[in-house]
Amino acid sequence: MFKVRKSFGLTQLLFIGFLISLAGCSRQPAVNPQEKATITVWHWMTDREPALQELARRYEEKSGVKVNFELYAPSDAYAQKVRTAAQGGSLPDIFSILGEKVDFASFIKAGYILDLTPYMEENNGEWKNEFFAKALAVNEFSPSNKYGVNAGFYGVPIDIMTIKMLYNKDLFRKLGLNPDMPPVTFTEFLEIGRKAKQAQIQGLVSGWGEAWMIGCLANNYAFNIMGETKVLATIRGEVPYTDPDWIKVLGLFKEMQDSGLLASGVVTMVNKTAEQLFANGRAVFAFNGSWCVNVYKAMNPNLEYAAMLPPAASDKFPVSIWGGAGSSFMVNAKSEKKEEAVKFLKWLTDLDQQAYLAQMTSNLPANKYALSKVSAILGQLAGDMERATHPNIWDISESPRVLEIFNKGIQSIIIGEKTPEQVAEETQRMKEKEMARKSG
Amino acid sequence: MRLKSTLENYLFILPAVTIFIIFYLIPFIWVFKLGMYEWDGIMPTKVFVGLGNFKEIFLEDKIWWQSMTQAGYITLIALTFQNVLAFLLALSCDREIRMKNFYRLMFFIPPVLSEVVVGLVWQWILDGNYGLLNHWLGQLGLGHLSRSWLSDPRTALTCVAIVHSWKGFGWGFLIFLAGLQTIPRELYEAARIDGANAWHSFKKITLPLMAPVAVLVGILTVLGTMQAFILIIAMTDGGPAYHTQVPVLRILASMRGSSRFGYACAQGITFGAILMAVSFIQYRLSNKMRSTYN
Repeated sequence: MFKVRKSFGLTQLLFIGFLISLAGCSRQPAVNPQEKATITVWHWMTDREPALQELARRYEEKSGVKVNFELYAPSDAYAQKVRTAAQGGSLPDIFSILGEKVDFASFIKAGYILDLTPYMEENNGEWKNEFFAKALAVNEFSPSNKYGVNAGFYGVPIDIMTIKMLYNKDLFRKLGLNPDMPPVTFTEFLEIGRKAKQAQIQGLVSGWGEAWMIGCLANNYAFNIMGETKVLATIRGEVPYTDPDWIKVLGLFKEMQDSGLLASGVVTMVNKTAEQLFANGRAVFAFNGSWCVNVYKAMNPNLEYAAMLPPAASDKFPVSIWGGAGSSFMVNAKSEKKEEAVKFLKWLTDLDQQAYLAQMTSNLPANKYALSKVSAILGQLAGDMERATHPNIWDISESPRVLEIFNKGIQSIIIGEKTPEQVAEETQRMKEKEMARKSG
Repeated sequence: MRLKSTLENYLFILPAVTIFIIFYLIPFIWVFKLGMYEWDGIMPTKVFVGLGNFKEIFLEDKIWWQSMTQAGYITLIALTFQNVLAFLLALSCDREIRMKNFYRLMFFIPPVLSEVVVGLVWQWILDGNYGLLNHWLGQLGLGHLSRSWLSDPRTALTCVAIVHSWKGFGWGFLIFLAGLQTIPRELYEAARIDGANAWHSFKKITLPLMAPVAVLVGILTVLGTMQAFILIIAMTDGGPAYHTQVPVLRILASMRGSSRFGYACAQGITFGAILMAVSFIQYRLSNKMRSTYN
């Protein structure tokens, strides 16, 4: 009996302890007035962590406000953490939204993100005018946006990226080509691919195992072949994916494969492998983003390469490049320190801090005036910014399921499993299904 | 007094029941409930669609069923190749051979390695350009067999299945070995005295006594393999096209790629129900086998 009573007491204690632990999971943490001088920032940028910590130290020295950068990597885990924190009402003062613009819009509509328009517009738009227009556009919702978000600026760009074609100058010389004259037309591009294959050198490498990068190049060519208006009309459902122009876009990937331009195994290649192949001089071309400068420098400091536009497949419209989007920070609309958070972001995007970030991390600065302080190759990658486009700049976005079918379909074309026409039909079927689901 | 005793008994199990309810039952009900909504995981509002998500899974989502079939294929390879290999190696190590402890250690190394590391190492071995496998094939005069193993739709899934089996056979090996060591040696000695040869001893003693262990390993293999995804992400990320997609990758694609949390929950419930059904069938079969041997 004694034993039973002892166990009973233990059980009670355990249960009470358990209830106390549950009570500890309350939503609102107690506010300590002394903590008001601390801003918490959640980010996922492992490569930028030391530079951000240094900037936090400088800011505290200057303003007395402590900035606590908390790193949560990888980006998938970070994105999930932000969603969970939003549901639990525990978002930090500053955070980022990783994902499509539709996700960004949902966060705004749910009241988690502060409208920064008044701050951007004050003093005749002084802050707003510091940024590349495309970098700001990613964080802007125009009055005509289809997301149901009030027009305004909801994020502050920290840096930007562009995705371009890169070529190895040494391999160009080996193939008897002029390293200062990269291919301009798609035909020239394919011809170099044939030459590279004959010389047993890989042609184009890219992280097309992560299907979005295929979609990125396809989008560049869609803009080149049919122009922005028709691309956006397709997303609105006014032009079908079975349109001959779309089939032509898909057909380019078949041509690239048939000519031997594409590296073996490119459809399951992760970007890290593609970067290693290009950095080690085993591939003539790489389709990669501006983040690559840092990566190539670490892998092979002697690599001699340059950036170029994707060679044009048509002379109807200019080739676009994926760009403008990058890393942005948002301010928690429910934060008690939102004013301090905005002040910090203003300071972080000033010329000096932007130049420091660009020099330390080899990323393109969002502040256009800081561009003069970056390396030559970064300058090349930042060139042609007027051609930059990105889905997050548009007022409408394609359904992720349609994009998945389209991008995976291109993989099927490359492995010779499907024709461009088949992929176009499958994409259109999914498009119709998604439109019916959204309207229903 | 009796009532008090009964209440006390219930109180004893209350913490465990509370934990079970909070961490298992409520999330299950919640996930099932979410499966009946269209929700992006962010907005406070959700749109009730009833069984619409389940209907879409069963009637329209061909890729989901393709991924189920592919997971089934990987499981089949694991059930046969992986478990037969594990059993044969366990049999070898159960005998009095030299360095048997070394072999035991070696065979258990793959399961303790990180799936991401294993995936990346095998991706390098199977690489079409600079992979070791193609290099060896070339050295052996079989260069014509070289290919981009993970990018070729004819070989990608089988390669993934074999690597998964290589990574997982150590668990089966360990359980089979433990099972073999519980068989009394006297049984083999008695059989030998009665004139039984090695094959007869194996057929009449080892196999029947190992049947329950084989069922256990089989159930664990099915559950573990059907839910495998980290290795696949590291090796192919479900590609080329959809050729190495498995159900967990589809659930992730719905949740993270398409922001369809409700649909992902419905997929999770459907997948869980299928796994439960498969486990139940295996359990019934094992009971049948046991009664046959008894």
